Amino acid sequence: MGLTLQFVPYFEIEKLSSLGRIRKLLNAVKEGNIVLLEGRLTKEEEAELIKTTMEEINSDFKGIELAVIYPESHNVDFFKKMKQQLFNAILGDRQGLTILGPASIVKEIKKDPNKIQLFTSDPKSSGRRKKKRRG
Amino acid sequence: MIKLVKKFMKKVFRDLFRKRKSLKLGLYGPPNGGKTTLANRICLDWLGEEMGSVSNIEHETREVQIKEKITVKKGSNELSFSLVDTPGIATRIDYEDFLKKGLKEAEAKKRAKEATKGVIDAIKWLDNMDVVIVVLDSTKDPYSQVNITIIGNLAARDIPVLIVANKTDMKKSSVKKIKSAFPQYEVIGLSAKKGTNSEEFYEALFAIAG
Repeated sequence: MGLTLQFVPYFEIEKLSSLGRIRKLLNAVKEGNIVLLEGRLTKEEEAELIKTTMEEINSDFKGIELAVIYPESHNVDFFKKMKQQLFNAILGDRQGLTILGPASIVKEIKKDPNKIQLFTSDPKSSGRRKKKRRG
Repeated sequence: MIKLVKKFMKKVFRDLFRKRKSLKLGLYGPPNGGKTTLANRICLDWLGEEMGSVSNIEHETREVQIKEKITVKKGSNELSFSLVDTPGIATRIDYEDFLKKGLKEAEAKKRAKEATKGVIDAIKWLDNMDVVIVVLDSTKDPYSQVNITIIGNLAARDIPVLIVANKTDMKKSSVKKIKSAFPQYEVIGLSAKKGTNSEEFYEALFAIAG
């Protein structure tokens, strides 16, 4: 079985409302795609995405797996942090990468700050396959 | 002058209202982290009775549970609050997972449906909380997106957070891992089941909510 990775550049969601962003991502996932979004949603949008996912769960759609890789900012100095926040306020939060996929295909996403492991369900065997990405 | 008096009266009424309003202390986290076990521990310690049922099968708590008028005492200080135990937040719910745990099909489907509603309610209740204890299973990977989303949402709402690294009685437990995942928060390791480290937990609770 092949996997489809759909890349969504930030400019495609930039002008959308929160609801529009969630709808776009969820529609792509419900079509069976693993979505790679440039940047990330706001924390409130992430919570709303989980809420909407729960509302739509049925016998065909079991939910999503979600992970965000974001550059660590604890060790960044104050001026660099301010510069980044200003940049984000003007251009949107394009930093990092959001990965989401249907729970029926993506069994688990494990992550530490700079590495993501994506385990997919294999319908032909009970084992699991592993894809790695290093940030 | 009238404006000043009005402002003063407004402040007095607001403070009065705030003092009378019961503090809502929420328990949040992923399923099976031990939220209800901790709620039971707090209720047993200060009310002498338990709050809810616990189970090894995920999503045992599927409705928001509230226990009102709990008063915790430390020396001459008292902290009164309503304890709100919320269903575990998850991004996936599959009734087949419950079948694997031995539930019958109809029961598993019912549990899955109630669990999805529980997650929605837990998220809706975020706005009503004054202080939140995030209960994490210290034997599991702390970097799950659900944990990060819950804590991020509390931070975005300026709600004070205390993280409990639960299940320290288990062999695989690592409080250190949770501390390194959330360095900007106070993390207390405990076993809600066995009641270990309660002293330090209540001290941290006073510090954050008192």
